[in-house]
Amino acid sequence: MLYKAEVKVALKQAVLDPQGSTVEGAVKSLGYKGVSQVRIGKLIEMTVEAESEEQAGTLVTELAKKILANPVMESFTYSLTEVK
Amino acid sequence: MRFGVTVFPGTNCEMDTLHALREALGYEADYIWHQERDLSRFDAVVIAGGFSYGDYLRTGAVARFSPVMEAVAEFAEQGRLVLGVCNGFQILCEAGLLPGALQRNVHLQFRCSWSHLRVENNATPFTSACREGQVLQVPVNHGEGNYFADADTLAELNRNHQVLLRYCDADGSVDPAISPNGSVENIAGISNKQGNVMGLMPHPERAAEAILGSTDGRYIFTSMVNYVTGRTARV
Repeated sequence: MLYKAEVKVALKQAVLDPQGSTVEGAVKSLGYKGVSQVRIGKLIEMTVEAESEEQAGTLVTELAKKILANPVMESFTYSLTEVK
Repeated sequence: MRFGVTVFPGTNCEMDTLHALREALGYEADYIWHQERDLSRFDAVVIAGGFSYGDYLRTGAVARFSPVMEAVAEFAEQGRLVLGVCNGFQILCEAGLLPGALQRNVHLQFRCSWSHLRVENNATPFTSACREGQVLQVPVNHGEGNYFADADTLAELNRNHQVLLRYCDADGSVDPAISPNGSVENIAGISNKQGNVMGLMPHPERAAEAILGSTDGRYIFTSMVNYVTGRTARV
């Protein structure tokens, strides 16, 4: 079966995000109020062939830990959707 | 004394490094293509700077899975010397051969400028030719040199004297305002716990000849040669 995987990689909360701070500054300078804690991450999409959703999840987790995210400063979440 | 200089797709400092080692310092040096696995002919390996694999995903994230990096890990495991410069530092962190990670510069700007570095520990194979507290003038050239490590890792680095170089001013004063990238505790270069793997963002190979404005980069390479050959040459 085919699954579409979306892996979201984000900087850990303890890690400063200079890009996020810069975008937040730009949003504020545009005059918008009430916007804070802007953080920038990555969205990685892929199609995964696996026998079950569980197996696809195991593979995506392994990839995220091994290469997609750097555990020193990043965390990840993912979602799977079956491709029909 | 023979150095190996790694070349990945996107590496761009290999020629400078080879030139510095061969012509400026007079040692033997050869390139190591990223598909190679045999490093037995080398006494030390330099992971040269550049933009391996276009810095895609994260700096060094793709290069670390190259065949040569497996060989570099074994080489390091044997206690032999590995020096990572700039992108080489990033690759060594990604590979887990050095702790921590390198993040986007805090001001988001690419920095190409001279930097001053204070030698924090001269009892290592990479800094033995320096005096403790000596200030080296070596250029930086990077957009992602902002060293990050969590509090526990930092404490361990400091406890084990693994911070070898910090950004400082010309007088050796370490002030966060002087850092070109926002590195935690002004860290410019570290070693692993065993002391045989070093990474630094500044480029010692670009400060190896007087005509380039500084010869302070020679201290790093001369220290390595002294360690490998057992001599005690000065810079």
